[in-house]
Amino acid sequence: MELLCPAGSLVGLRKAIDNGADAVYMGLRDDTNARHFPGLNFTDQQMQQGLRYARDKGARVLLAVNTYAQPRGWTRWQRAVDQAADLGADALIAADLGVLDYAARRHPGLALHLSVQGSATSAEALRFYQDYFGIRRAVLPRVLSMAQVQALAESTDVELEVFAFGSLCVMVEGRCLLSSYVTGCSPNRSGACSPASAVRWQETPRGLESRLNGVLIDRFQDDEQAGYPVVCKGRFRVDDRIGHVLEAPTSLNTLGLLPELMAAGISAVKIEGRQRSPAYVAQVARIWRQAIDACQADRNGFRPREDWMSTLAELSEGAQTTLGAYHRSWQ
Amino acid sequence: MQVTLGPVPYYWPAERLSAFYQSVADWPVDTVYLGETVCSKRRAFSLDDWIGLGRELRQAGKAVVLSSLALVEARSEMGVVRRLCENGEFRVEANDMGAVQLAREAGAAFVAGPTLNVYNPRTLAVLQSAGMRVWVPPVEMPEEMVRDNVDGLGQAAEGLEVEVQVFGPLPLAWSARCFTARAVDRPKDQCGFRCLEHPSGLPMATRDGDEFLRINGIQLQSGRWLHLLDALDSVRDAGATAIRLSPWGEDMAAVVHAYAAVAAGRPAPALIPGLDPAACCDGYWFGEAGMARLARQAQEQEEQV
Repeated sequence: MELLCPAGSLVGLRKAIDNGADAVYMGLRDDTNARHFPGLNFTDQQMQQGLRYARDKGARVLLAVNTYAQPRGWTRWQRAVDQAADLGADALIAADLGVLDYAARRHPGLALHLSVQGSATSAEALRFYQDYFGIRRAVLPRVLSMAQVQALAESTDVELEVFAFGSLCVMVEGRCLLSSYVTGCSPNRSGACSPASAVRWQETPRGLESRLNGVLIDRFQDDEQAGYPVVCKGRFRVDDRIGHVLEAPTSLNTLGLLPELMAAGISAVKIEGRQRSPAYVAQVARIWRQAIDACQADRNGFRPREDWMSTLAELSEGAQTTLGAYHRSWQ
Repeated sequence: MQVTLGPVPYYWPAERLSAFYQSVADWPVDTVYLGETVCSKRRAFSLDDWIGLGRELRQAGKAVVLSSLALVEARSEMGVVRRLCENGEFRVEANDMGAVQLAREAGAAFVAGPTLNVYNPRTLAVLQSAGMRVWVPPVEMPEEMVRDNVDGLGQAAEGLEVEVQVFGPLPLAWSARCFTARAVDRPKDQCGFRCLEHPSGLPMATRDGDEFLRINGIQLQSGRWLHLLDALDSVRDAGATAIRLSPWGEDMAAVVHAYAAVAAGRPAPALIPGLDPAACCDGYWFGEAGMARLARQAQEQEEQV
C-alpha cells in the first residue's frame, strides 16, 4: 500500500519524502490544478528539482491536472499534460474527459489516474474511464461506506486510492458548486474553494464575523476557534435552530481502518493538504509511515497507537477527527 | 427552442406526482424528464410506475426521458440504473458516468445530464462517441462558454441538442450525508422520509436571515430560484436548442406558460404568481457568482434613471 502525500511546495515535497512518503502529488501554479492558491505549487524548474529529489530517494511523483478545461484556456491544460509527460512524472491525475483523452492519445506511455474530481463511485464508471483512456488508478470520492469501498474493490481491476487523512470534503468532489454560487469561483473551473479574495473578517458587537462575498458564513465568540469560511462548515439557521447544519469543522482520519483498507486491496492512501505547512506534512507522513509499516507487519494485531491519534487530532480542523462516510452512521 | 420539464427534484408523495403529471399533459412542453435523481430511498414511484407514466405522457404527445440517479453508492442502486439504461423504450438522462457506460453498453442514445462536468468540446466529442445526443451544460456555465463549446465542435455540433436550464432551483452539491435527516438529528438509515414534509426543500438561512440555500436530502440547492425569462434571446444565441424548466413546489403551470410564450416569441405575462423576482438569481449565465441578480439590478437601475 502506497503512502501518498501532498507537496504544495518544494520544501513540503522534501519533508514528505524524508518522513516516509512513497509518493507525492503536486500541481502547477495555475488553474489547471484544484489547489490553485497564491504562494503554492510548482514552477517548471521547481518541478524538475522536486522530481530529481524524489528519484534520488526512490519516491514517485504524480502531477495533478485536475480541474475542468474550458475552451478559452484549453492550451494551458494541454501544456500541463505535456509537461507531466516531458518531465517523466510517474502519473498524471486528471478528471476532465477532454484532458484524459488528450493525454491518452498524445502520451500513451503516461500512466493516468482518475482524480477524485471525476466523482467515480461504481465499477461501471471506472469501466468507462478504463475503456476510453486506460486509466490505471482512481481516487474515490469521500462518499462511500467501508462496505461499499470493499464491494467496489472486488468488482474492478482498476487500482483504488482513498483519502486517509486531512480536511474533510463533505460534498461529492467534482459535484460541488457552493463556492461558485457565492463567489463565481469553483474547484471545477478555477481550482479554488472559497477564494481568499472573497473572504472578509469583521469584528462586530455580536462577535467576529466571517463573510464570503457578503454572505455570513459564521460568527465566533471570543472563546471559539475561528475556522476558514467554507460554506459546508459554516453555521446556519434551519427552522429555529442555529448550528453546523452541514458539517462541523473536522478532519478525516482513517488510521483505525488501515487493516480493512489493506484487506480490501486498496493500492494507496492519500493525505490531503497541499495548502498545509511542510511541518504539518512531515508530522502526518511520519505517523502514517509507522502505522502502515506496523499494519503490514501484523494486520490482525494492528491498533492505532494513542500518541499517533492524539497528534493527528491536534493537527485536525477544530481538533476533531471523523471516519466520515466510511462509517455509515456519519451519513 | 423546445421547452422541457426537468425531473422533480423533491420527494413528493405518489398522489402529488400523479396530479402534477396529469396537468403536465396539457402544458406547452415538448419533453418531460421523469424519475428520481436525488435519493434512492424515495420510492413514491417505482421504475415501472415511471415507465407507465412515460407511456401516458407519450400518448399526450410529449417526448419522455428517464433520468438516472446523480450519486450512485450501492450496487443495488446501480442495478436500477442498469434497468433504466436497458429499458429499450425511452431515452435516458445519464447523471453519472456509470449511467453513461451502461447506456453505451446498451447501445442507447443518451442525454448528458448537468452533473457530468462537460466543460469543453473535446469532452463533448468523447461523449458523442459514446452515444450522447443531448447536452445539458453544468448549471454554473456562462453564456460565452456554452457558445464556445458549440462553436468548438464545428461540424460535429450538427445534430447535437443543447438544453440549458433557465428556471428553478439550482442543484449545487451532493453528499453521502442526508442533510434533511441531520436537521432533525436522525441517521440517514432511519430518516423517516422527513423530506416529504418539504415539497420545495428545507430552507437554510444565514444567521442574519438571508435565505441562502435549500436542503433537499443529500442535495443542496440554491436559496434563490434561477430565472432567465428576460435572457432567452441570449440563451438561443449561445446555441441552445431547448430550455429546461426545473419543477418547484408552487405554480409551475404559470412558469411553463410564461417561458413557452417567450420561447415562441410572444410577450410574457408581467408576473408569475408566487414568484418574487427579488428571490431569483441569474449570475451564472452572465459569468458571475450564481447567486447574483444581474438582470434585476439592471432593471432597477433603468427604473431609477
